[in-house]
Amino acid sequence: MSVWRAIAAAALVAAAPALAGEIPPDARRSGYSFMGPDTRAMQDDDTSNPGMLFVLDGEQLWGKKTGSAEKACADCHGDARSSMKGVAARYPAFDKTLGRPVTLDQRINLCRANHQKAAPLPYESRDLLALSAFVAHQSRGAAITAGDDPQAKPFVEQGRDLFMQREGQLNLACTNCHDDNFDKRLAGAPITQGQPTGYPLYRLEWQTLGSLERRLRSCMSGVRAQAYDYGSPELVALELYLMSRARGLPMETPAVRP
Amino acid sequence: MPTTRRQFLSLAGGVTAAGTIPIVTLRPLRATPAMLNTAIRNVVGEAPIRTGKVKVDIPPLVENGNTVPMTVTVASPMTADDHVKSIHVFNEKNPQPNIANFYLGPSSGRAQVATRIRLADTQKVVAIARLSDDTFWQVAVDVVVTLAACTEEMN
Amino acid sequence: MAALINVPAKARRGDVIEIRTLTSHIMETGFRHTADGKLVPRDIITSFTCRYNGTEIFRADLFPAIAANPYLSFFAVAKESGRFEFEWIGDNGYSSTASASITVE
Ligand code: HEC
Ligand code: HEC
Repeated sequence: MSVWRAIAAAALVAAAPALAGEIPPDARRSGYSFMGPDTRAMQDDDTSNPGMLFVLDGEQLWGKKTGSAEKACADCHGDARSSMKGVAARYPAFDKTLGRPVTLDQRINLCRANHQKAAPLPYESRDLLALSAFVAHQSRGAAITAGDDPQAKPFVEQGRDLFMQREGQLNLACTNCHDDNFDKRLAGAPITQGQPTGYPLYRLEWQTLGSLERRLRSCMSGVRAQAYDYGSPELVALELYLMSRARGLPMETPAVRP
Repeated sequence: MPTTRRQFLSLAGGVTAAGTIPIVTLRPLRATPAMLNTAIRNVVGEAPIRTGKVKVDIPPLVENGNTVPMTVTVASPMTADDHVKSIHVFNEKNPQPNIANFYLGPSSGRAQVATRIRLADTQKVVAIARLSDDTFWQVAVDVVVTLAACTEEMN
Repeated sequence: MAALINVPAKARRGDVIEIRTLTSHIMETGFRHTADGKLVPRDIITSFTCRYNGTEIFRADLFPAIAANPYLSFFAVAKESGRFEFEWIGDNGYSSTASASITVE
């Protein structure tokens, strides 16, 4: 993986002297539009989308009493179809008590800690992915609005700076690929705009569901930079910026990507 | 990590606007290597295998070798007297030559099955159908996978 | 573990219907090694069976070349109202079942 990124990146810097800059709202496109017809078909049909297996698991967990409070998510939030509708489209969201934005995964773990009196679920664990897939699935089709909250603005800016900042041995910024070179190909695979519309999503390469943080960490090791830790302020800010950059695009959870 | 991907990628040389688009192309089969042949003979025995009746569909653009949609269709009326009893799918270069065996019959109504397979490398895929008269029919395709199955965890 | 089944709820007698199944399973090939060189043991689904009102109408032997979360699509003639039963069997005593009903008019 790093090998191809290295080679591709060298060509990319040379090939792109003029920077295109940020993508205007009406030119924003989900990664879906860059996929082949077979991968699209896999996402479109719920009974052939493997991500739906995790949504089903999440639905079960939603109703299961957990922790020393012996409460299920459903005991407080009722029917997720109405209580969780549109919620994921607002995440990461500013948390007043903590004074910083939290991701959907972090919110779920806060509910486990504060309301269920249960241990947090590890990042990328099957249960956390299943719960966040189930919650985010209730927002499928909803327009992304994360970052609209004025209190979140400084964190959106922090994320934007990280997106623009060159890093790693290859000295590449996210923007160099996802703003300046989308629609081009990197060793056969299309570069997309890097829109976070479908998370958690089923990646054919992973053969499982994974979070946006997992995806971002792999893009960072791609440019041979030290990847930020799961849940770190930098990764949350980057996630928040990506979501605000995708403002108005519909949520697709659980999406399928190559 | 499979070396093919590295080799291919180091040849590809990076971003091109027009792009190296065809990731999978299908070409007619020429030869059957030994391992594949043994696996096939284990199913077919000494019976002759004719070419025809069977069709394998794999998308022209495989986006990841870890999950490749594949459909096998056999031309058959699927009646009590004339139907497909089984379909056997093989590959040449995965560590094991078998992909799947499917058993069907007149109550299937249509001789068509679809699944998702792993193709670790550019290789042949062979599908053989056994009909109710115990004749065997095959098709073989060369599948070119340039983005082979590979996981980022091995970075 | 979850399974997704797609069988039409209704069909006319004699219709050829498509059945699709998708089930959770890692399908560990048994050919991969961990970073420290240990072989990851094989853990796959080896067999799938579909019965229609008790009679087997479709069966599959699966090998490590089948992708994780196995997907299968096949066909059946709608003969009578009743149940389709699905069974997956695999390594380490793995077994799971699901069913779906159909009304045939
Ligand atoms: C004892 C009641 C209780 C339980 C149990 C509970 N929550 Fe919550 N949840 C809350 C409250 C109260 C809030 C508002 C934020 C806060 O005060 O923590 C909340 C907020 C949320 C939010 C954010 C909603 C928004 O509009 O931003 C999500 C998502 C959520 N919970 C998911 C879950 C999940 C998933 C579970 C089960 C794993 C769960 N909750 C269990 C009480 C609960
Ligand atoms: C060398 C080019 C390159 C750089 C630099 C890069 N990426 Fe990517 N990124 C890719 C490629 C290639 C993919 C896989 C195909 C795709 O979705 O574009 C990808 C995928 C993604 C995706 C998944 C999109 C989807 O549809 O799910 C996101 C999000 C993303 N990148 C964000 C980032 C962020 C944030 C950074 C900076 C930390 C970054 N990328 C740096 C090339 C790059």
